[in-house]
Amino acid sequence: MNKKIDHSVPQTEPRESWTFSPEVNAEIRRAAATGIYDIRGGGAKRKLPNFDDLLLLGASMSRYPLEGYRESCNTTVVLGDRFAKKPLLLNIPITIAGMSFGALSGNAKEALGRGASAAGTSTTTGDGGMTPEEREHSSMLVYQYLPSRYGMNPDDMRKADAIEIVVGQGAKPGGGGMLLGQKISDRVAEMRNLPIGIDQRSACRHPDWTGPDDLEIKILEIREITGWEKPIYVKIGGARPYYDVTLAIKAGADVVVLDGMQGGTAATQDVFIEHVGQPTLACIRPAVQALQDLNVHRKVQLIISGGIRSGADAAKALALGADVVSIGTAALIALGDNDPVFESEYNKLGTKAGCYDDWQEGRDPAGITTQDPELTTRLDPVVGGNRIKNYLKVMTLELQTLARACGKTDVRNLEPEDLCALTIEAAAMAGVPLAGTDWIPGRKTEDVYGNIF
Amino acid sequence: MKIFDLEKHSLREINQSLQTSEITEGKKIYEIRNPKGSHAVAVGLKAKINVNIHGSTGYYCGGMNQKAKIHVFGSVGPGVGENMMSGDIIIEGDASQYAGATGHGGVLLIKGNASSRCGISMKGNDIVVLGNIGHMAGFMAQSGNLVVLGNAGEGLGDSIYEANIFVRGKVSNLGADCIEKDMRKEHLVTLKRLLKKSNCSVKPQEFRRFGSARTLYNFEIDNVNLY
Ligand SMILES: Cc1cc2nc3c(=O)[nH]c(=O)nc-3n(C[C@H](O)[C@H](O)[C@H](O)COP(=O)(O)O)c2cc1C
Repeated sequence: MNKKIDHSVPQTEPRESWTFSPEVNAEIRRAAATGIYDIRGGGAKRKLPNFDDLLLLGASMSRYPLEGYRESCNTTVVLGDRFAKKPLLLNIPITIAGMSFGALSGNAKEALGRGASAAGTSTTTGDGGMTPEEREHSSMLVYQYLPSRYGMNPDDMRKADAIEIVVGQGAKPGGGGMLLGQKISDRVAEMRNLPIGIDQRSACRHPDWTGPDDLEIKILEIREITGWEKPIYVKIGGARPYYDVTLAIKAGADVVVLDGMQGGTAATQDVFIEHVGQPTLACIRPAVQALQDLNVHRKVQLIISGGIRSGADAAKALALGADVVSIGTAALIALGDNDPVFESEYNKLGTKAGCYDDWQEGRDPAGITTQDPELTTRLDPVVGGNRIKNYLKVMTLELQTLARACGKTDVRNLEPEDLCALTIEAAAMAGVPLAGTDWIPGRKTEDVYGNIF
Repeated sequence: MKIFDLEKHSLREINQSLQTSEITEGKKIYEIRNPKGSHAVAVGLKAKINVNIHGSTGYYCGGMNQKAKIHVFGSVGPGVGENMMSGDIIIEGDASQYAGATGHGGVLLIKGNASSRCGISMKGNDIVVLGNIGHMAGFMAQSGNLVVLGNAGEGLGDSIYEANIFVRGKVSNLGADCIEKDMRKEHLVTLKRLLKKSNCSVKPQEFRRFGSARTLYNFEIDNVNLY
């Protein structure tokens, strides 16, 4: 039976299945061996249409540019002046997104606060409440109001500069938070009022309101508790952006935070991260349309997050109509997350720099997504704060460079007409013409030169 | 006594007056008339004052209360005493959904019945209901005590953490991971204190205690059908 292969006859090449790729097969084997779905941190890793698929056109004959460094290009933004007596004034249209103490170490939270404050922008608490350290080191702190209400209390609420009601997150619209036992240290357990060492699953729905009508009353209550001073944000995941933004505005939000599917998370099922929600790029135009239809574009500000990495991403998001962008993962990378200097330690954890995403395990060599007392000391909050400040400054300079190149005296004067798309998908999602054409897939009424068909 | 009237004063005026820290603590009574179902009445109070509300309120009456004693001579809408930190809230009538949700401290006494999700995600507060409670009471309740003199609806204590639920009447059924537990001495002491505070003459021994089986605390694939 041992038939010998005759090498003189051409053979079929061994061929890997595209459907059953090595990665897919490995996951099937892992599931079969362990009986538990894959939980991890970070955002969607699959390739998605994103800001790289858009280009800015720049100025030429029909538009003239501004002198780099000399002619001013405003980056300040006021957030929350719809109803709040004390709106926030940001020096730059980039904020630090909500990431919980618990998911992140105290040092990491402090570093984010220091960096954001030095750059003139806000940072945000997260699931688990406000720590005195982050309040102290953040000149503008947004207090998240989450379904779990861990650590929620009126004193911290009054100390906050704004309140963000979290309805959902881009990484997991419709899912609650997760913090696994390894990260429930004594302090985290105490802040959340939970036994030490248990897997903690935050609720996915708010306990005392269910829809936009009672959210409106909830917002009234929070305004009454805080004397109508503080801006109220509503954060949603990128699910049905047109309707969700419409309802958030109707409920009385001062600011809408919209987080697309690339948005990072501290820990969630991989199946959730990769298969639920819409890409950030696809969320912005419907959201802006909702604001415009209700006549509140620029009056209710729109913060966009989910995969923002650079001033170029920020410029494109602003051109599509956002007021501000927000960063999570990028800020962690700026602090040292996934840095190749820790390569050998990542290898010991069975991964490599750039791929490490088991943030839920609390063994982060960079000392960021951990509560381990030894590991957390690896991140010096002052050094980290400086890195965040530098990174935010670079992003802002990049953003201004691009805005000036398009002839804008304010970064928010960037507009969809300053953009073209490299792919048909991106053109359709962003509602801008495919490069070299006047074609916007999915739009019928008008071409880019204003000719009605 | 200082009288506010929601037909004459705005909600903002009333809440602001009650919230100002210089407000005189002690015996003085602040009376609110004509709430007529208004939402967010007497929220965010932080001084040890007495507030009597004559009539029924809408959502979130006494929300996030600290120290104040709020007495409602009527019924209350959803979320009464939500996230209360301390103080007392007394309801003469019935309470709608989510009564005492996420509260961290203080005592909420409901003399009538409470609807569904009473004590959802409670984090250390005490809730006493003299009547019956609806379904899914004590859902994900983390700590504190929920005392019910009447009956409890379906799914009692679903996904409960370390809170205690005491029921004197019948329980329709228990939610995931909630079991009947032994009534130990410390529980009888707690019950006695809360019953006394609520002016109830029933005996602690008449109650049964429910709490977490703790099988869902760390993920176990074989428990997946319980979730
Ligand atoms: C470690 C980590 C923890 C997070 N924790 C929270 C949280 O507590 N609440 C929340 O609303 N979003 C949380 N998020 C999501 C961020 O607020 C934000 O939506 C997301 O990170 C933006 O996408 P980006 O990571 O691609 O910048 C978290 C994200 C990360 C990476």
